[in-house]
Amino acid sequence: MVSPHVHVPVGAHYGWRDWLVQRVTAIVMLAYTALMIGLALWNGGFDYATWRSIFANGAFRVVSFLFMASLLWHAWVGVRNILMDYVKPAGARLLLECIVVAVLVAYLGWTISVLWGGA
Amino acid sequence: MRFRIYRYDPEKDAKPRLQEYDIALDPHDRMLLDALIRLKATDDSLAFRRSCREGVCGSDAMNINGKNGLACITNLKNLKEPVDLRPLPGLPVIRDLIVDMSQFFKQYHSVRPYLVNDTPPPERERLQSPAAREQLDGLYECILCACCSTACPSFWWNPDKFVGPAGLLQAYRFIADSRDHDVNQRLDNLEDPYRLFRCHTIMNCVDVCPKNLNPTLAIEKIKDLMVKRTV
Repeated sequence: MVSPHVHVPVGAHYGWRDWLVQRVTAIVMLAYTALMIGLALWNGGFDYATWRSIFANGAFRVVSFLFMASLLWHAWVGVRNILMDYVKPAGARLLLECIVVAVLVAYLGWTISVLWGGA
Repeated sequence: MRFRIYRYDPEKDAKPRLQEYDIALDPHDRMLLDALIRLKATDDSLAFRRSCREGVCGSDAMNINGKNGLACITNLKNLKEPVDLRPLPGLPVIRDLIVDMSQFFKQYHSVRPYLVNDTPPPERERLQSPAAREQLDGLYECILCACCSTACPSFWWNPDKFVGPAGLLQAYRFIADSRDHDVNQRLDNLEDPYRLFRCHTIMNCVDVCPKNLNPTLAIEKIKDLMVKRTV
């Protein structure tokens, strides 16, 4: 409990955008999951050949990228919420948030290299 | 009936303890508060708040067998023995079952829980249509007992920054009031990652509210309005 004599600054005037992003990205992930389940049922499971042919399709790569971007953005909002809930010192929170952003952006780069890096 | 009650007097005790009591009840003792009043007759050192003893004043909110509620409207028949009584969680204990509600009321005051309307008042009162009045149902009934806010993990972690379910329900009570002319400033006041958006829809507030209100729904409506006024 913070002493009532300490002024606690609040009033950052944002928040609804993150809240909405979390919901929209969840819908994107749900749609992609449904698409993958549909493809698995359609093809009778995935073997290496079907997996390659699916990802040879440029549009599917774009959709997959959208899924990964949604996942990472969703994770950013969620993990930051956890840090805001539990990590009290602002400096430590900022440091941890920076680390989370760095990791998530790195994952996005990795996603791009997997999807379009060729092999 | 057997009870196990949280006892703590910060002036005398190094740390809190649980004290066992066995109380011979009268057949007319129906509610938990009746038992507490009977118990106080034998041990007057036990401290708890109570006033109206009919679920209207909100004074005797406490943690009853792990769940927040009002002693005066909790039927003894439905309680498992020994009945575990503790103060509302998350607030500083003044003594035994009495907590310091300052933080709770500070958050309540921060939402400006009164009508703001700068237009000249009519000769009698500001009228509402029955439909506009209906918007306040499920909101105005709140008695500020603090059962909800002290059951909310987000309020436990950030009681100084998160308004909490009770304060947000009251905030929406004035946002929804057709006589209030301050909706935009009210939304500005709440548009904050801590003040409003610490609510993660855990819904403990809905689970414990002794008046069966739904703070989570009110909070969702505030979020909806914020999105609507921006997108």
